[in-house]
Amino acid sequence: MSTVISAGTNEGGQELQSRSELTAKELFREVGSVLRLSESEAAKLAEVQTEAPEDQTMIINMGPQHPSTHGVLRLMLELQGETVLRCKPIIGYLHTGMEKTGESLTYMQGGTNVTRMDYLSPLNNELVFSLAVEKLLGIDGDIPERAVWMRMLLSELNRMSSHLLFLATNGMDIGAVSMMLYGWREREDVLRFFQKVTGLRMNHNFIRPGGVAADLPAGWREDVLNILENLPSRLEEYDILMTGQPIWRDRLQGVGAITAREAMALGATGPILRSTGVAWDLRRDVPYLRYEDVEFDVVVGQYGDAYDRYAIRFNEIRESMKIVYQILDHMPSGDYRIQNKKVTPPPRARIDESMEALIHHFKIFTEGFKVPEGEVYVGIESPRGEIGCYIVSDGSSNPYRMHMRAPSFVNIQALPHMMRGGLVADAVAVISSVDPVLGEVDR
Amino acid sequence: MGLAQNVLDDGLGGLDHNFITARVEDLVKWARSRSSWAASFGLACCAIEMMGTGASHYDISRFGMEVFRASPRQADIMIVAGRVSQKMAPVLRQVYDQMMEPKWVISMGVCASSGGMFNNYAIVQGVDQIVPVDVYAPGCPPTPETLIHAIETLHQLIEDGEIMRRREANNGGAGVELDAQGPSAISVALGSK
Amino acid sequence: MSDAVEQVEQTVETLHGCPVVYSHEQRVLLVGRDQYVAVVKALTDDGFEMCIDLTGVDYLSLPNRTVGAGVKPERFEVVVNLLSLTKRERIRLRVQVPAEDATLPTLFDVHPGTEAHERETFDMFGITFDGHPDMTRILMPEDWDGHPLRKDYDAGFIPVQFKGSNS
Repeated sequence: MSTVISAGTNEGGQELQSRSELTAKELFREVGSVLRLSESEAAKLAEVQTEAPEDQTMIINMGPQHPSTHGVLRLMLELQGETVLRCKPIIGYLHTGMEKTGESLTYMQGGTNVTRMDYLSPLNNELVFSLAVEKLLGIDGDIPERAVWMRMLLSELNRMSSHLLFLATNGMDIGAVSMMLYGWREREDVLRFFQKVTGLRMNHNFIRPGGVAADLPAGWREDVLNILENLPSRLEEYDILMTGQPIWRDRLQGVGAITAREAMALGATGPILRSTGVAWDLRRDVPYLRYEDVEFDVVVGQYGDAYDRYAIRFNEIRESMKIVYQILDHMPSGDYRIQNKKVTPPPRARIDESMEALIHHFKIFTEGFKVPEGEVYVGIESPRGEIGCYIVSDGSSNPYRMHMRAPSFVNIQALPHMMRGGLVADAVAVISSVDPVLGEVDR
Repeated sequence: MGLAQNVLDDGLGGLDHNFITARVEDLVKWARSRSSWAASFGLACCAIEMMGTGASHYDISRFGMEVFRASPRQADIMIVAGRVSQKMAPVLRQVYDQMMEPKWVISMGVCASSGGMFNNYAIVQGVDQIVPVDVYAPGCPPTPETLIHAIETLHQLIEDGEIMRRREANNGGAGVELDAQGPSAISVALGSK
Repeated sequence: MSDAVEQVEQTVETLHGCPVVYSHEQRVLLVGRDQYVAVVKALTDDGFEMCIDLTGVDYLSLPNRTVGAGVKPERFEVVVNLLSLTKRERIRLRVQVPAEDATLPTLFDVHPGTEAHERETFDMFGITFDGHPDMTRILMPEDWDGHPLRKDYDAGFIPVQFKGSNS
């Protein structure tokens, strides 16, 4: 077996071009001065930028195989000494063709596909996909209460595990390696609960159109309470370990700052938008599931820097715990999926008794169910920002087009703006504070 | 000096310590398998489980593998954790070529092993089309236990293998010819018997 | 386009001269190519200050679908999602783009955040955006042939073959 492939990573026009090869507008975009500035403001910016002659700058390549780019993100940085003049993220190294694959999977199978996009919060991906399909089917109001609250429970626990992983990787990137071990320890607790409920540690395909795949197992309440009781004292410890540490604060405060106007112009959502002082959380502002029935605070920052983003995620873990306590109080009994013959397979016991049930079961899992024509967009708050699902149905059992609005994909566009003028050593802190998941960037 | 003199004077009775004898080959293989450092090649979901394996609960350092090397030059094992896209394939190959012999590859997860559920235009259908794979770990993603099992299987392979083995059948490489310029294009048959 | 719109204008709700349709209680604005940027600008002034999403759809196999409000369907459609933080509202724009001239003016000057979205739409559908500063592929390798999300592009299923490693 002999295959000829070309080594190297030359992506041609996608790469950062040297200054002399750029038109004014391209440079304008790359230096991050596109934010609806007036002509004179922009001209001023351009002047400053041309001060650096090309022979004094250097373009370096970071990634796609780099331990602190959170996967396969590739950044090209133009440096003058230690200062970052320009930065361009190059993505696509994990492009999986999920939107194309989604067109050939039925709505029933679609969950297995979308759950692998943002692999740190798979349940949120499944949730948004299921909500979109339910809206197309017109059954979005009929989902049993227990299923809705179960979805909330899982989604909040998933937010906690995702933010704990952020604490771990953020610590590791900045040099607080012990934090990595701690963050992972807490995350394992949550994952063990997920494994008990869904059977898998990640990529669950548990939230499905019509409800969830199974009821909560016996003893789930004790497991959740166990997580909730262990976590506060440990979070306190990490607060002292990191927030209370001058080195940590100096590495993050004032680094990668972005203004609210910039964040909104770039479409950034989630902790990045909130760090600039904009209190926007879809759970509160455009409530889905039963978020209007629980009380929690939207954590906002002030300076829009890496420290604010860290602090927001840290405190969102606490807010999520608050929500989970309320969910435990509210959790209604009842069915965990809709009793609609069209989307729900018959219960296991019926299959043994009835031939029709067996055929029905077989057909739901092979042919799927037909979804009326139409198009729909649903957005929810994932740990990284607004995750949206746009589905076009042509009336068959496969989506005609399935598009995911991935928060990380939009958020990493803010990287050049955050890095410009900063030090190259801070680049790692900035990437880590955006917390991108390359699986959903490239899809 | 003193040791040699003691043995000359009193034979084996002149030794202060116990000793064992072994073949150098066994010692080398034992040492290699117990300190195989992995190049971190995290790509997708599996990378998270790989890092989870490295963290405190599963504690990969029990196998002498806690040092995930960022530089391929210092690594012995490449754990390909996740789906390999067409755009990433040349990068992966380059990292593999930069690793020193002897080197081993674990294909972690079903996407790396066969493309998995993503049987489409974007994903390389099995990383064995690019680099030779020694151990395949099944699962999507494989749990840390599965990865540890794969690692132990690989350790057994290392211990049972030949120390001078290079991929001779493939001219010291992986049977993949590079059309790149520079020294990496020349396949060197290392340590041929 | 304009003739068709004028006929239905009496019966259909309009916004900035474009017909509004509702899809699952969501407001959708059917915009012509020539008004596209102007309408987005006007909506920005109305308070829709964030462009959340921009993507394409290839309707190759559904040439006779009804878009609504008498708008003539074309092969491609660009879908833009705008969000108003102050009014807590969303609005969706659908722009018909003909296959023979798959271009659209860029939204880059209004919403710089659409830069990556437009590159992705170009990469996946081959719709070019006039005035975009960097109209290159974003997800696929630079020398890739074709635009994968088009309906006439094969998903690329290859039969799975298991072969032993050659180690």
